[in-house]
Amino acid sequence: MDGTLGIIVAKYNYWIYVILMMIGFYAMIGKRNLVKKLIGMNIFQTAIILMFVSSGVKHGAQIPILNKYEVIKHGVDATGVVNPLPHVLMLTAIVVSVSITGVALAILLRIYRQYGTLEEDEILEKLG
Amino acid sequence: MSASNLHMYVMAAPLLSAFFVNLLGRMSKAWVSGLTLGSLAFSSVASLLLLGKVMSSGGFSYTVGNWVPPFGIELIVDHLSALMLVLISVVALFASISALKSVERELPGREHLFFTLYLILIAGLMGLVLTGDAFNLYVLLEITSITTYGLIAMGRGRAPLASFNYIIMGSIGACFYLLGVGYLYLMTGTLNMADIASILPQMDGGAAIATALAFMLVGLWIKMALFPLHGWLPNAYSLAPTGAGLIVAPLMTKVTIYLMLRVMFSIFSPDYLFIANPLVQSGIVWVAALAIVCASSLALAQRNLKRMLTYIIVAEVGYMVGGAWLANSIGMTGAVLHIVNDALMTLCLFLAAAAILYRTGSLDFIHLQGIFRKMPITMAAFTVGAFAMIGVPPTAGFFSKWYLILGGIEAGQWAYVIALLFSSLVNAVLFFRIIEIGYFFKEGEHHDHTPRNEAPLAMQVPLVITAVALIVIGLGSGPLVEHIIKLALPAGF
Repeated sequence: MDGTLGIIVAKYNYWIYVILMMIGFYAMIGKRNLVKKLIGMNIFQTAIILMFVSSGVKHGAQIPILNKYEVIKHGVDATGVVNPLPHVLMLTAIVVSVSITGVALAILLRIYRQYGTLEEDEILEKLG
Repeated sequence: MSASNLHMYVMAAPLLSAFFVNLLGRMSKAWVSGLTLGSLAFSSVASLLLLGKVMSSGGFSYTVGNWVPPFGIELIVDHLSALMLVLISVVALFASISALKSVERELPGREHLFFTLYLILIAGLMGLVLTGDAFNLYVLLEITSITTYGLIAMGRGRAPLASFNYIIMGSIGACFYLLGVGYLYLMTGTLNMADIASILPQMDGGAAIATALAFMLVGLWIKMALFPLHGWLPNAYSLAPTGAGLIVAPLMTKVTIYLMLRVMFSIFSPDYLFIANPLVQSGIVWVAALAIVCASSLALAQRNLKRMLTYIIVAEVGYMVGGAWLANSIGMTGAVLHIVNDALMTLCLFLAAAAILYRTGSLDFIHLQGIFRKMPITMAAFTVGAFAMIGVPPTAGFFSKWYLILGGIEAGQWAYVIALLFSSLVNAVLFFRIIEIGYFFKEGEHHDHTPRNEAPLAMQVPLVITAVALIVIGLGSGPLVEHIIKLALPAGF
């Protein structure tokens, strides 16, 4: 494999992240249904999580759970374990994303009770 | 109490009392006002002490939980962040005195919920100002945003819809910022701002670093509502409950501008930003000039006091972004001074608007007729705030605008200078129109019959103090610039 195809296949996770992000972006901007907008936002955030987690990968490396006595004796072989930091960062990002989704759903519930619909154009019509 | 932990007390007081407001506020309303005012007064005093300490012995960095940076999270206390801490806690204190009154009217029985979010928001803003870690900044940015979404959605009518739009836009902004941090992490392997700054000059990052900067800046611009990205702000801020507008309008955009300065100068360097990319630099100043002109023109079209003020906020964002990107020390001084002044001017005008709304029930221009006779003290303070916004000496607004214009002339950015002058003229038209309406009376109404009906004392006292502060800070801007802001400017100026 060579040329463009080679670049795409070798870094396919990053290409998927870009595609996912664009799908999410389209849903947030283009869709008229408020729940679809929210789902688009979630896809967008998931794409970023994929990007971060991809950056921690090392080929042939183990999970970063080490034997304490081994480490004291021989030290850590950094090439032997994946980088755990991006995963930890993304745990926090997931928490943030979940809380935003929660707040947004609560607000959507209020909007639905107020207008009886979640279609943006119907709500704007009712507002006149 | 050890003095080296002062900044932790400043931040911890509102955060801890937020939980107690929620718990004890359910039982008795007295707890809500007591805890809110108590913790914010404590923060104000502690932050003033901290500023004094920084002025006498210089800034310092603090490692949370003794994890050595760059592995642990570092908090940075320097002249700029100490100044911002004072600004946040004092503005929050004055806003909360008035907010307690208006929330009692607008959200009866839900005061404890409102002030829980309110205090967490303030703690988040303080954390944003202190943090020296790029990822920690993202988390705190979302803490402030989520609480703001909640506060705005507590408003009536279309407020939930405005809040949902804000959620979508705000999340895009925060995600862009996070992406920028991700690119920087991929390139440098660290998240500590100082550590990134020390690694960046040695590496040939090229496109990846430029992309990271672009993502972070665009993310923050969405959050601060720079003109083409401002769509969410007018609705969200004008439909929010009055008490929420009082704290969100003066502080959110200003703290985000501080964050832009942090990203520009704590992570990147003036060499990288201005000298290596002169086209980008002047392009951003042009965007800022455009933002000022367009937002001021949009403000002219409004028929409601609060909506007009929200467009003025959008124009003011253009002032500060332009000032920061002028790439000279006068412009930077103006931008930092304007952060302080604009927070106080916006607070003054929003406090006046809250007081008027409390008595008359509407902020549409038609209902403001005869308001000078009805509420003379409120309107006197409003006029001081309006003069500061226009830039009449000796109010605070004049001096920061003066610095910004001088900086624009020195940089040769004439479009920006003209935009500033244009916006001052538009502000004069906007506010004199309101003052004129306020002096007129409804048809058939004689001025002896308009009863004097001032807002409650709890709303007047913070308003008058803020108005006086605008003049005092205006007269004291020489020493303020000399002893604090000159030292707060990033290295290289």
